[in-house]
Amino acid sequence: MVTTFSDPFEALLRLQRALEGRLASDWLHDQTTSQGPFPPINVFQQGDDILAIIELPGIDKNSLQIEAKENTIRIAGQKSVANPGGASVHRRERTFGAFDRTLSLPVALDPERIKAEYRDGILALHLPRSERDRPRTIKIA
Amino acid sequence: MVSSHELQAQKKREIAGKEETTIPARLFVPAADIYEAPDALTVILEMPGVEKSNVSISVEDGVLSVEGRLDLSKYQGLQPLYTEYNIGHYSRSFRLSSKIDQSKIAAEMKDGVLSLQLPKVEQAKPRTIQIN
Repeated sequence: MVTTFSDPFEALLRLQRALEGRLASDWLHDQTTSQGPFPPINVFQQGDDILAIIELPGIDKNSLQIEAKENTIRIAGQKSVANPGGASVHRRERTFGAFDRTLSLPVALDPERIKAEYRDGILALHLPRSERDRPRTIKIA
Repeated sequence: MVSSHELQAQKKREIAGKEETTIPARLFVPAADIYEAPDALTVILEMPGVEKSNVSISVEDGVLSVEGRLDLSKYQGLQPLYTEYNIGHYSRSFRLSSKIDQSKIAAEMKDGVLSLQLPKVEQAKPRTIQIN
C-alpha cells in the first residue's frame, strides 16, 4: 500500500466538497422540492386537478418518455443540439444531453387520464386527481 | 456522487438594459448558439413557449435583434403550487461582424427553437487569392 502524505486541510476540503456535492445532487431526494436538475418544472393548480408546465425547447417528441404511477411522474429523454458541419462555433449556450427526472406530488393521480401536450417547446402535463383522492362535500343530515 | 455530465437546468438570465419597459412582464435573454460558415451565419435561439407568429426579427445598422413574445394569457387563472422558473418575453440583440444580405435571411421556428440563417453579402465573403 502506498501512503501519500498530503495536506490535512486538503483532505478536509475534499470531504466538504463531497458532502456539498451530495446535497446538490438529487440522489437522495428526487422530489419536487429538489431544485436544479433539468428540465425546470412549474406546477399549477387548475380546479381540482394539477397542471405541470415544463420548459423543454427543441426536443424530439418521440424521444420523450413519460411514465406515471400513483403520485409520481417520470420524464426522461434526450435533448440534442444540431451542429452544422464545416462551421466555426462562436457561441454555445444551449445545453444538451440525456435527462431523467421524477416528480412526486402530494396527491394521488389518475394515471389513466393523464394528458401530455408538447407545443412550442413547452410540455404541459394535465394531471387529474384520482377519484378517491378528491375532496367530497358532506351534507349534514 | 454527482456526475459531471448531469444536465443542469439553465438559470434564465434577465435582461439588464438601460431602458425600462412599459409592460410589467419580465424580459429574458434566450440561450443562443452561433455558428459561422464562410458564406453564412447561423444563429439558434431557444425561446420555449413562443409561438411562430409572435417572433420579430430585424437587422438594422448591423445589429440583429430578435424578440419573442410569450402568450401570457395562457397562464392567467392558474394557481402556482411549486415553481422553478420564471416566465417572460425574450429579447436579444447581436452586433454583426460582417455584412448580411437582408433580403435572404431565412428563419425557422420549431418546438420553441428559432433558427436564423443569415447569408453574407457577396463582398463580405472571403476570397481565396491565388499566388502566381
